[in-house]
This record gives sequence, C-alpha cells and structure tokens, in this order.
Amino acid sequence: MTTSTSFPLAVHDLTVVYRDKPAIQDVDVNIPAGKLTAIIGPNGAGKSTFLKAVLDLLPRVAGTVEVFGKPYRQQRQLVGYVPQRASVDWDFPTTALDVVTMGTYGKLGWVKRPGKAEHDLARQCLEQVGMADFSSRQISQLSGGQQQRVFLARALAQDAEVYFMDEPFVGVDALTERAIITLLQDLRQRGKTVVCVHHDLDSAPEYFDWVMLLNVRLIAAGPFDSTFTAGNLRKTYGGAMKAAIDHFAHFEQSKG
Amino acid sequence: MNLLTDLIFDYTLRNIALGAAVLGIVSGMLGSFAVLRRQGLLGDTLAHAALPGICIAYLLTGSKSPLVLFLGAAISGWVATLVLLRIVRETRIKEDSALGVVLSVFFGVGIMLLTFILKHNDANQAGLDKFLFGQAATVTAEDVNTMTILGVFALLVVAVLYKEFKIMTFDPNFAASLGFNDRWLGVILTSLIVVAVVIGLRTVGVVLMSAMLVGPAVAARQWTNRLEAMVLLAGFFGALSGVAGALISVSEANLPTGPMVILSLTVIVIISLLFAPQRGILWDIKRFSKA
Repeated sequence: MTTSTSFPLAVHDLTVVYRDKPAIQDVDVNIPAGKLTAIIGPNGAGKSTFLKAVLDLLPRVAGTVEVFGKPYRQQRQLVGYVPQRASVDWDFPTTALDVVTMGTYGKLGWVKRPGKAEHDLARQCLEQVGMADFSSRQISQLSGGQQQRVFLARALAQDAEVYFMDEPFVGVDALTERAIITLLQDLRQRGKTVVCVHHDLDSAPEYFDWVMLLNVRLIAAGPFDSTFTAGNLRKTYGGAMKAAIDHFAHFEQSKG
Repeated sequence: MNLLTDLIFDYTLRNIALGAAVLGIVSGMLGSFAVLRRQGLLGDTLAHAALPGICIAYLLTGSKSPLVLFLGAAISGWVATLVLLRIVRETRIKEDSALGVVLSVFFGVGIMLLTFILKHNDANQAGLDKFLFGQAATVTAEDVNTMTILGVFALLVVAVLYKEFKIMTFDPNFAASLGFNDRWLGVILTSLIVVAVVIGLRTVGVVLMSAMLVGPAVAARQWTNRLEAMVLLAGFFGALSGVAGALISVSEANLPTGPMVILSLTVIVIISLLFAPQRGILWDIKRFSKA
C-alpha cells in the first residue's frame, strides 16, 4: 500500500456488523484530496454506515480509518459532518444561528462557551448558504431545504479540511439544491475534500468528480468517468436492477 | 396573609416549602433535557428503582438518616440504569419495554422489602412507607440542607456543561463527531436525575416522581422557543407546583404531598397546553377558524 499521509481519508479493511450480518465488509479505499466524491449504492448498501463508521459513531469489527495519515480521533478538528436532516428533531427549542454556532463547539472543546467570535463566524456561514435573514428563526419554522442549508452552514462553521455529508440533496427545493452545488464547488476550489452519500444516479455525474460504488463490499472507486460504467453499476445494483442501467444509458447519451 | 407569615416564620411550613421548591427547580431543569431527549420515562424507572435501595439501606444500617437512605436510593438507581443499558444493548428488547421491565421488577422488590420491614413493627421504622407518595410534614431542616446541597451540585453541573448538554440533546451524532461522547452525557444526566429523585423522596415520593421531571418541561416548552428560557421556566413551574402542593397537603391533615404537588403541576400543564401563544390548542383553533 502507498503511504496514506497524503489522503484526506484512508480506509483499510473496514467491517461493520449489525446483529451478525455485515453492513459493510472489508472496505478498502483512499479518497483523494480536493475532490468531490459521491458514495453510491442501493438501499441497505451501507452508505450511511460507512460514513458513521469512519466518524467513529458506530463500532467497527475490523479495519482502520486515517484522516491525513493519523487516526480519526486525533484529527477531529479537520473533519466536518453533515448528518441526515431527518436524524434530528427540528422541534428542538433553538434558532438557526444557534444550530450553526454548534459547528464551533469542537474547536472550543469542553466547558468553554461560544462568544462573539463564534457567533460572528456562524453568521458568516449562514450568509454563505443564503440564510442570513433567518438567523433568529426558530428551526421548526424553516422549510426542509432551509433546514438542510442550516446543517451545511454548521459544517462550514467547523472550518474543516474534509467534509462528510449524508444525503444532503434529499428532499430539498431547487433553490437549496443550487445553493448546495455552489457550496460544494466553492469548497473544492478552496482545496477542501467532500465525501457525499448520494442516491440520485441522474445528477451524480454532473455534481461529482470521484465516485465510490458500494454494496456492502466496495465494488469500485475512482475518477467518475472511468468508474461510473454500466458494468460497475450492474455489479453494484445487481444484474436485475434495470433502472440503474437505464440511468446509465441516459448518462452515456447525454455525454454524447 | 396568615399563610405568608407562616411560610416565613413557621418552622415546619418553611421546611416543606423550601424542600418542595428545591425539588421543583432541580427536577424541572433536568427534566427539560430528559424530555427533549425523549427519555421522560427514564425518570419514572429511576424513581421506582430507588425504593429497594432505601429499604436495603435501612435494613443494613437500621438508620433513617437522610444521607443513608439517599445513598441507598442512589445506588439502586444506578444499578437499575446499568441493568437497563445492558438489556438495551445486548438483547432485542426495545428501550421502552426495558424501562417497563426494570421499573416493575425493582419496584416489586421494593414493595416486598417495605412490607417485610413494616411487619417487623419496630418503632424506628415509622415513616419509611411515606417515601411512596411523600409526606412533606416530615421534612426537617436537616433534610432541607441535604436537598439544597444536592440540588446546587446538580444545577452547577448543568450550568458548567450547558453547551454540551444542548448539543448532545439536539444532535447526538454530530456531538459525538466533535468528540463530545454521548454515552458520557447519558451517564451524567442519568446520575443527575437520580439526584433529583433523591431530593424528591420526602416531598413527592417515588411513585409520582416522574411527573415532576416531565410536567414542568412539557409546560415550559409551550411558552418559549429558546432552550435557556425553557430550562429556567421549567425550574420555575416545578418550584411553583412544589410549593403549592406542599402547602395544600399540610393545610388538610395528613394529605399525602406527592399527589397534591402533581395536581398543582397538572393545572399548570393544562393551562400551558391550552393557552400558550403559538403552540397552545386554543391558538390552533383560532388559526384554523381564520383560515
């Protein structure tokens, strides 16, 4: 194996088990720096599980995870995370600005309170996702897309080098989708690395430049154009998954 | 006005009011986090689980000193928590069922021990059964001191770890990714709830304790969209219902305090559910009739 210090994420032999059944098995992958990577696979393929195992949110049976050459636990400050929007209760009594400020808590550490610097940073991040006018809004009064943008702003406030996002495009309006794309491209331009769980095969080729095809085991990983092939998709989704293949044909046509 | 002067100058009444107020503040504030974490039932289980601890502590030491009994309650609350965590982690039983199982087994053992102690009929045991529904008239100045020290300690922990409590309550996964371990928060919050239960032993008793954790928080959530305000308001509602219930219970001879406190609390909860702006039921009706 090549030295992994240059990789924002180097995963070796990662296995996670749910009740005796492997959710992901022997996943070996190095994610390159400065790329937008999509994790693609069918339902139950372990896409979110992969992210959570990388972030130490699930116990792993085997394997190692390194972020820029060191174990994840030592590198938390370099990692930003956008969980699935539906994973929290949006009726929680707090404001958009307060949620974004939570992105600064990691660097603050235990006990220390956020002050003016943290709130200013949070305001800037809300502005970057076009939500400046909503900073004092109770979060349950935001639309789904606006809530997603609040989560993205919170990740920006983490000021990380590599971002993990779990289905950021699910259930958002067109405006939010554009805002997310702009944001991802901006992050890439600044040399950041983004890894997104993504379910939409149609939009994937347009948004991402690297892809990781996952179905419990890693099927393929590499630059988008050479990896997102009919053969690899068939292996990922199973031969019977005609829909996936149709998507692929559509993609080939549009590439001309 | 007689009641007010009594409240200040009457030894018994002052102790009762103070004890109930301390309980209300602590359980209201801690309960806010428990309710938002959807762990309202945890308090119920921990409270019921305190009973066998109290009985065993008495059987072992023969002492009814609050510190000894409190320690017994705390230890058995802790054991209950450990059993609960193991059941959830290592079997397919879901958390709500596990809470029910732990609650009834511990409470059953507690009642059995209590019956055994009462049958032995020595003069010293009188009052142990008051822990079931509380009897505020038995609260002494020493009890109030113990309660206040415990309460101040619990609230200090909440104040110091407020940021951590907030983020772990709202988004435990994100908090864990930042390095704020959710399991630790769970342990700390559970321990503090045990402290609240112990504070409430004399005034509300173990059976109705969970209402003191859930009620003030539910009422407070109706009036505000800020966590800070909710926590403070819950403390206030808790104190208000504690004092009101305690006073009602001593104004009529030998009314158990717990039910009176809970009835006072219920009035606050109903008013909040009906009349709170934005979230109240009447508000909804008004909005729909306009639309």
